[in-house]
Amino acid sequence: MTTRNIQDYVTVLIADQLFGIPVLEVHDVLRGLRLTKIPLAPAEVAGVLNLRGRIVTAIDVRERLGLPQRKDKENGMSIVVEHQGEPYSLMIDDVGEVLSLDLNELLPTPVTLNSCWKEVSGGVYRLENKLLVVMQIEQLLNFADNSTIAA
Amino acid sequence: MDDLLSEFLTETNENIGIVDASLVVLEQDPSDESHIDSIFRLVHTIKGTCGFLGLPRLEAVAHAGENVLGKIRDKELTVTTDVVTLILEAMDAIKDILATIEETEEEPAGNDADLISRLNDVAFGEIATEAALAPEQDEIPAGMVSEAELEAAFQAAEGPDDDFKEADLRPGEVSLEELEAAFQAAEGPDDMVAPPAVTQEKSPPEEKNNAVEKTSKESSIANQSIRVNVQMLENLMTMVSELVLTRNQLLQMVRGMDDNEFTVPLQRLSHVTTELQEGLMKTRMQPIGNAWSKLPRIVRDLSHDLGKKIDLVMHGAETELDRQVLELIKDPLTHMVRNSADHGLEVTEDRLAVGKPETGKIILEAYHEGGHIIIKITDDGRGLNSEKIKKKVIDSGLATEAELNGMSKQQIHNFIMRAGFSTAEKITNVSGRGVGMDVVRSNIEKIGGTIALTSEEGEGSTFTIKIPLTLAIVSALIVECCGERFAIPQTSVVELVRASTNGSSDHTIEMINASPVLRLRDHLLPLVHLSEIMRLETAADEVADRSDVKGSEEFIIVIQVASFLFGIVVDRVFDTEEIVVKPIAPILKNLSIFSGNTILGDGSVIMILDPNGIAAMSGDAVVTSESSVNEETSQAQVQDEKVALLVFRAGGKDPKAVPLSLVARLEEIDVGTIEVANGKRVVQYRGQLMPLTTIDDNIEIKEEGRQAVLVFSDQDRSMGLVVDEIVDIVEDHLDVEMISERDGYVGSAVIRGKATDIVDVGYCLNKCFGSWVGDSQTRPFGHSNEKQKVLLVDDSPFFRNMLVPLLKTAGYDVSTAENGIDALKKRESGETFDIIISDIEMPEMDGFRFAEEVKGDDRWNGTPIVALSSHTTPGDFDRGRAVGFSDYVAKFDRDSLMSALSQTLRESGSAR
Repeated sequence: MTTRNIQDYVTVLIADQLFGIPVLEVHDVLRGLRLTKIPLAPAEVAGVLNLRGRIVTAIDVRERLGLPQRKDKENGMSIVVEHQGEPYSLMIDDVGEVLSLDLNELLPTPVTLNSCWKEVSGGVYRLENKLLVVMQIEQLLNFADNSTIAA
Repeated sequence: MDDLLSEFLTETNENIGIVDASLVVLEQDPSDESHIDSIFRLVHTIKGTCGFLGLPRLEAVAHAGENVLGKIRDKELTVTTDVVTLILEAMDAIKDILATIEETEEEPAGNDADLISRLNDVAFGEIATEAALAPEQDEIPAGMVSEAELEAAFQAAEGPDDDFKEADLRPGEVSLEELEAAFQAAEGPDDMVAPPAVTQEKSPPEEKNNAVEKTSKESSIANQSIRVNVQMLENLMTMVSELVLTRNQLLQMVRGMDDNEFTVPLQRLSHVTTELQEGLMKTRMQPIGNAWSKLPRIVRDLSHDLGKKIDLVMHGAETELDRQVLELIKDPLTHMVRNSADHGLEVTEDRLAVGKPETGKIILEAYHEGGHIIIKITDDGRGLNSEKIKKKVIDSGLATEAELNGMSKQQIHNFIMRAGFSTAEKITNVSGRGVGMDVVRSNIEKIGGTIALTSEEGEGSTFTIKIPLTLAIVSALIVECCGERFAIPQTSVVELVRASTNGSSDHTIEMINASPVLRLRDHLLPLVHLSEIMRLETAADEVADRSDVKGSEEFIIVIQVASFLFGIVVDRVFDTEEIVVKPIAPILKNLSIFSGNTILGDGSVIMILDPNGIAAMSGDAVVTSESSVNEETSQAQVQDEKVALLVFRAGGKDPKAVPLSLVARLEEIDVGTIEVANGKRVVQYRGQLMPLTTIDDNIEIKEEGRQAVLVFSDQDRSMGLVVDEIVDIVEDHLDVEMISERDGYVGSAVIRGKATDIVDVGYCLNKCFGSWVGDSQTRPFGHSNEKQKVLLVDDSPFFRNMLVPLLKTAGYDVSTAENGIDALKKRESGETFDIIISDIEMPEMDGFRFAEEVKGDDRWNGTPIVALSSHTTPGDFDRGRAVGFSDYVAKFDRDSLMSALSQTLRESGSAR
């Protein structure tokens, strides 16, 4: 085992499931920003917000993952990532610590997962008391192609 | 200094800097093709511009340099140190000449034959192999080479006397002239060591190059304006937006408290912030006319060079464009207009041979359309020859014949925008080296635009450039619907109407089978509810009584998309705001009802509605009604014919006006330059004597200072009309309501709500030269003692009044008719004419029907008819020709009319 294979993840909590986002992809962590809704937009797009003069598209990750809506929408947090030069704010429940994990311990995504989870997941880590799903940002934001064409 | 020239100097100095740097890189890595391409283009641009500005010496050097670069690009020549040195030398020669131009505004006399011949040797000569060239280069650094250079350098310095003196000058002993120049350049006297260095006889070339470079870098022209990276402006913009938000937050906090010590400073901060924001926005926006300003001159010179008559028509010059976008499209536009003039339009003989008007037309148009700026360049030239393109495509190996056979005409045409492609049979000075359309395309695509091309062989071509508005700032109306705010671009908003749902106001929304409509004056306006389009209606709304939830009134925003009018119903209307359009995220791109989003002053993000998208979404009703509305508006346009008028004052306070199209130029002349010759006041103008006249004899010309003059030109003669003040240019309806008794006036009309005298230009012309219109081109055809009879059919009294004296002075016998029916009455009464000039848009019987009538009856069958119209689309031309018009002339183009008349008469005369 070499130290080179260490990857740092920001852990986030969505519906009690722990996810990991590679730390270098995270630009910002936000709390409680005012959203402007976009009528007719795909359900996954919660709206847009103003982040220091930039317009950021907010993604409802729960919707994307087929999870039920949160009851207390006000207290959520967001993680800002960038994809193809555009900023996106991923709405999540909570942000946890940063973990350094060994890539060699990354396990493939179980094939029995729900299809949209399978798409997003880049593998699973077995932590001591929980499982951490690695979130692939690119896949997460890739819903536009499939969902809106259908709609 | 001429704007054009100073811009050229700035630009060329910059370009040469780039070429210098790129050449060095190229020398180090000859395999890098991107550099040679860019160098070639830059030199090509320099050469092209020189040609237009009439700088033959520069052009010759650049041309020779370009030849060498062309060979390198085509891989017929390898890049060696010697070749690069030679090209650098050519660049230095250009720099020297530029320096002189900057001082004297004229190209120095001199000869670069030596340099050019060496460049040509490299480019074309088989002898000039590397071996032969190398010693030449090594041995003659201070011989032949530098002599040519030195000469240029001497010219670049002060007068001939100074040559040797200057070499001895110390920084403290500069001549007065130089000091002055130095002050103007806002540089310290220390910098003046540079010119002596230039003139030092024995200095090695490298050192000299540096010195020359230094002088050009210090050039005063280049320093008058700063070019700022737009990225920097962008960053500033973001920061200012931040500042605005912070300011707003502060204001919010203070608002709650009563007077405290923050109020005043905060107010100041607020003001400064607003000004900063506005100023910054202004730096970015420019009317597209700025990019066009060079074109008329370029076209003029081109038409001269190519021996073609070209009419450049520009519409929508005021369309505002982001500076960055403007900069990027400037060169492509110039290229394209140049292309249209060179390749697109045929030479005069060819045009006449295929029955087109002698004067070729290039039409430039710009307008906003649904979040885009559309720029169209149309010519009525020969169009694209698909076969020729196919052949060239196969020759250059871009595609196989089989592939081509499967392609549409459109696809084949698009090959002209590929690199290294030119269908011009010979390489002219103007274009044809294959660095045209590919540059254009790549520049436009760089800013996310598209370029489309439609062409009919023999009919002309249209290039349509579509540039997204992403960077542009628009004024938008902020509206609210179901608690959400949206922005609607002000450009498509026609008006706002307040309507009640319970009949309490003038306007009430009525329903036709659940489709809301509004009676608006004489229209029935289809309405769409924004809430329904957006599916914002919540369950609560449906349950509750509508009027309770939404209040007793609604606002209707009347929107015009193309020619289709409809209303959008919203709950509330706020203010208008200047917004910076930002593109929406790619995942939302397919929402056609939004053209972008923006951040408002209060920091919230707001979606910008795209009226086009809404129109498209509001369904079939829109589509079906579109055609009828279309007709209606075009009908309205016919009625609303507007004329551009130049309003000025001369002798008294009352405004006077002339049709702008008759004015060749506006000048201000120094009163001191007015001379008297042959009892008349004249000035020297463009190398000729131009007589000056006044409308009334009792108008005094100023004693001193500058005097505004309207210049009227005909061929090579000009006349100046002295006026007190040029007030404005207005577009207005022209109805001459009172016919004037006084000489020199056509009559009076209401312009901008004021009674205005319309000046009879014909009278002024006559006053200056009795035989103004009496020259070969425009002289009526026929026997000198037998006047040609002209029938002028036009419904506008103004035009009749304007044209009649003109035609009369040109020696025609003129009769007039108000419309087609009136004219046909003359036929019934047995009158005959040699030629008929007819307007197209007339009440009762339009020009087309009139022409059909004329051609369908024996009596006037043989009389040629010239159409006179302000609508000069290719479609009109065709229709005109189909119904029997011999020629088609734009309404305000006096010269074309005159030549069309004599041309047509000559033709019909010879046919008889």
